[in-house]
Amino acid sequence: MKKHATKIKADNLCFYYGEKKALDNVSMDIPEREVTAFIGPSGCGKSTFLRTFNRMNDLIESARVDGRVEIDGKNIYDSDIDVVKLRKRVGMVFQKSNPFPKSIYENIAYGPRLNGIRNAVELDEIVEKSLVRGALWDEVKDRLDQSALGLSGGQQQRLCIARAVAVDPDILLMDEPCSALDPISTAKIEELILELKDMYTIVIVTHNMQQAARVSEYTAFFYLGKLIEYDRTKKIFTNPAKKETEDYVTGRFG
Amino acid sequence: MNKRVAGFFAVGSTIVATVCILVILFGMAGMFLVQGLPHLSWAFFTEAPRNNNTEGGIFPAIYGTTLLVFIMTLLGVPVGTITAIYLTEYTKQRAWLPRVIRFAVNTLAGVPSIVFGLFGLGFFVQFLGQGVDIALGNDQMVWGKPALVWAAATLAVLTLPVVIVSVEEALRAVPREVREGSLALGATKWQTIWKVVLPNSVTGILTGSILAVGRGAGEVAPILFTGAVYSLPELPDGLSDQFMHLGYHLYVLATQSPDVDATMPLQYATTLVLLGLTLVLNFAAVLIRSRLRSRQIRL
Repeated sequence: MKKHATKIKADNLCFYYGEKKALDNVSMDIPEREVTAFIGPSGCGKSTFLRTFNRMNDLIESARVDGRVEIDGKNIYDSDIDVVKLRKRVGMVFQKSNPFPKSIYENIAYGPRLNGIRNAVELDEIVEKSLVRGALWDEVKDRLDQSALGLSGGQQQRLCIARAVAVDPDILLMDEPCSALDPISTAKIEELILELKDMYTIVIVTHNMQQAARVSEYTAFFYLGKLIEYDRTKKIFTNPAKKETEDYVTGRFG
Repeated sequence: MNKRVAGFFAVGSTIVATVCILVILFGMAGMFLVQGLPHLSWAFFTEAPRNNNTEGGIFPAIYGTTLLVFIMTLLGVPVGTITAIYLTEYTKQRAWLPRVIRFAVNTLAGVPSIVFGLFGLGFFVQFLGQGVDIALGNDQMVWGKPALVWAAATLAVLTLPVVIVSVEEALRAVPREVREGSLALGATKWQTIWKVVLPNSVTGILTGSILAVGRGAGEVAPILFTGAVYSLPELPDGLSDQFMHLGYHLYVLATQSPDVDATMPLQYATTLVLLGLTLVLNFAAVLIRSRLRSRQIRL
């Protein structure tokens, strides 16, 4: 099934919350500059798996990881990895849009400023470019100094995508980015994802199977912490190899 | 029937209790207003006491109290905020060290204020102050005696628990999603705290300051040995000077005067001013807070 170069490679990855095993020996290759979707019922480990790619799980006190996750061939759980640098390369968009309580401009400029960019002209350019990529520029260009919290839910989520793009990552992780949005905003975000896939490797967790079918090239189905099936999206939805996958995508459970 | 009687008594007793409190509160405020108001004048606010505290005004005490509270805030709020940051952001919730610190903070909140006064005398005045004098080679005592800065420091310690608890609450109220958003962009933990968490908790830090000011402005016992005096020939103009204080002045008027009856009107007026000053300080802080909060929502 492989045609693209591998960007992220998980190798026998296990993940524990205290005693509870949340991921059980997951191995998979995620292709570069494509959209890969993770589907499965709640609690199946798909979000946990996604969050191992930027080591967001490090923040959980009792969490423990076994196995490897390689990005561009380098294990990100090696001791010489700088997590801060890693997260600059691996952007993330969260389930609940989480703009900072600052102006629209400051939200986008936050990441570049962290990277030491102070020059106002340069920042202006990055802000504009990122908002264009986030498909938000035309709606907000006249009110960049207003609060990001005044935007609608869909606009906030696109702002968060633009914010993630502003630090120029290779990979964009999206953790159910549309679960709190109405259908029109969802459609806009999906359109945006299709536009962004030429520039970024995108991994999206979704509860919405139609969404996975619409935006992704590859789909992985998780159940009870295990990777059940991983293949081209078309195949997963029309002719899955495993019985569990078929039951789930046809809506028999989950 | 029984249930209705019980309900009637429950409602009745809450009403009676509320009315009692209101009567006491308004009775007191009313009494001070009626008795004190006639004596309030421009001169009362701007002049120093004369003739054994039976005439003149209370300007030095107003000045001293305001200065004291201001310095106390400058000393106490940063320390309390930093402690709260350490406790909420840098320790694991179940580790022993933060539990010990929290226990100490709670205990601190229950210590009688006169004990703080003695602590201030022993630690700040005698130990720190005299230590500074020796280190600087001063012949005369400059710092090693009761002084404005030591009184403010003592009050800062007294109000520390209030600050810590309210700042901690404010820090914990910052949503996890917002922190994660910052970390996911490659911010370090400290950058996240400094640029996202703290700006989000400004209102909480101000609440802590308000409560500290409210508590600190009225306390007399802690400053009894650490800096407040009966009367002063001139206003304090440095941190090592002593100062007059409204609460202490009231105590002096009521108990230390050779002619207590002659100071009665002054006592009422001073009480009124002390209450008013506390009210104004609180109100100013509430105003700042609501302004910041509304700006935060818009911005």
